[in-house]
Amino acid sequence: MATELTDLTVAQMRDGLKAKSFSAVELTQAHISAVEAARELNAFIVETPELALEQAKAADAAIAAGNAGPLAGIPLGIKDLFATKGVQTTAASKILEGFVPTYESTVSGNLLRDGAVTLGKLNLDQFAMGSSNETSAFGNVLNPYRGPNGEHLVPGGSSGGSSSAVAARIVAAATGTDTGGSIRQPAAFTGISGIKPTYGRCSRWGVVAFASSLDQAGPMARTIEDCAILLKSMCGFDPKDSTSLDLPVPDFEKALTGDVRGLKIGIPKEYRVDGMPAEIEKLWQQGMDWLKAAGAEIVEISLPHTKYALPTYYIVAPAEASSNLARYDGVRYGQRVAPENASLIDMYEATRAAGFGHEVKRRIMIGTYVLSAGYYDAYYVKAQRLRTLIAQDFEKAYQQCDVILTPTAPSAAFAFGSKSDDPLAMYLNDVFTVPASLAGLPALSVPAGVDADGLPLGLHLIGRKLDEETVLKVGHVIEQAAQFSAKPEKWWVK
Amino acid sequence: MAVDEKTVRRIAHLARIKLDDADVEPMMKELNGILNWVEQLSEVNTDGVEPMTSVVAQKMRWREDVVSDGNIQEDVLKNAPEAQFGFYAVPKVIE
Repeated sequence: MATELTDLTVAQMRDGLKAKSFSAVELTQAHISAVEAARELNAFIVETPELALEQAKAADAAIAAGNAGPLAGIPLGIKDLFATKGVQTTAASKILEGFVPTYESTVSGNLLRDGAVTLGKLNLDQFAMGSSNETSAFGNVLNPYRGPNGEHLVPGGSSGGSSSAVAARIVAAATGTDTGGSIRQPAAFTGISGIKPTYGRCSRWGVVAFASSLDQAGPMARTIEDCAILLKSMCGFDPKDSTSLDLPVPDFEKALTGDVRGLKIGIPKEYRVDGMPAEIEKLWQQGMDWLKAAGAEIVEISLPHTKYALPTYYIVAPAEASSNLARYDGVRYGQRVAPENASLIDMYEATRAAGFGHEVKRRIMIGTYVLSAGYYDAYYVKAQRLRTLIAQDFEKAYQQCDVILTPTAPSAAFAFGSKSDDPLAMYLNDVFTVPASLAGLPALSVPAGVDADGLPLGLHLIGRKLDEETVLKVGHVIEQAAQFSAKPEKWWVK
Repeated sequence: MAVDEKTVRRIAHLARIKLDDADVEPMMKELNGILNWVEQLSEVNTDGVEPMTSVVAQKMRWREDVVSDGNIQEDVLKNAPEAQFGFYAVPKVIE
């Protein structure tokens, strides 16, 4: 019974709970056992089984009383970038080890308001900086899919604990955050779905900040329908976030009509990058064919500044990170390292040297440099001008099409260590996802096929500002056509 | 605009990150690698292009100028590495 319950989608769990086919406590217990059995994946930094069972009991009571919220009893994992009241929140860093927030982030609070059960805090790249989950201070997360010779593969990043846990069926769904692709790329690497909504849809309040003009939360789940269900709960106006959008939240599930007739699907010619593996190219073509067969029209479009998106991102994001991470000074929270007879500045420098990992230091250094006197205009202002041009590219493209289709990532999941010595090779993972982040547009990844080694590959849809509904609708049609059925073997269950 | 060792030390100090001598040269190489790569932006003419200031255009909101939160000293100090007499404690700043 236990394995069956963890295989259900969020929608099926919701229906089963409503029909009293099983209780929230039974469903939660099945997941707690699955989490314990899968510790080898290292997907969790903190497990909270007692809290989860308490929440499940409350959900059962609410279901019995007829006043259950839309997510009552659904067991979720929370990326350890969301502050959770009374539960350690580290952003996978040493500097925040032992930090126990006295408040709840708005997004995780919204999920709790709607009755969700939380199984614990999921591992990630440190401060969400990475594309492979190799920068966590709490160790690598393993992809439940393995390579052709049984070798371990990365789960993508930065939401690698989330992607691994959802694909391994140890959580029903998870929260992720996306700054340059951190929901979509790990979703593609693990054969699951994930959506980053329009910038401002989800409150950033209580989410550990990386690059504030790019950071956006979103759901990761095994189906598009599940993403739609969770997204509705996660979104909403929050006066505590000055960039939160004061707009009604659509019923995203209702958008999944299956009808894409007459929609124009844009194919950006600049995304045909050199050296794209033939399998990815083929999958992209397959995606076009599926949508054409469903009655959509394929149109070629141009996004001329695409090649400048990554270098623009690697100025803007580190600049904002260097400002945001200035708060970790060893005074108000987190770790402190104070050498004997140290001055205040010695304490700051020692604390930050010991508390930040190498990738985080490198990005803070880059950010500090591009913001420093004499370089601010040449780097930071230049990058913000490029960002305007990239956003204008999309605006022009949307005069010709309704949604844009691309691959999610330039490869399937790769082996540990294969890119970690070369930051530029690692950064290239986000080549297809970063432009939508810079323009603040909604974008999702949907599993659409596997490569010759049986590893999942994703397709990527980018929508107009505030048009998550079209993105989800088209993603759902691809999902139906692809009939993606790959499932990782549970090699971790001994 | 290549970064030299002196600049790396200056940036590390501005960023309040202590760098060991052995780490300066590798960091310099990594920073130069990234800075050389972002240099390609200079080939784009951006004259007359406004720098982006917000991804979704919106007016900053006003709020009532009232106290809406507070009296949570215990919460505020709860995660402090060192707190004394209701304050954060730091090494001596003024001799």
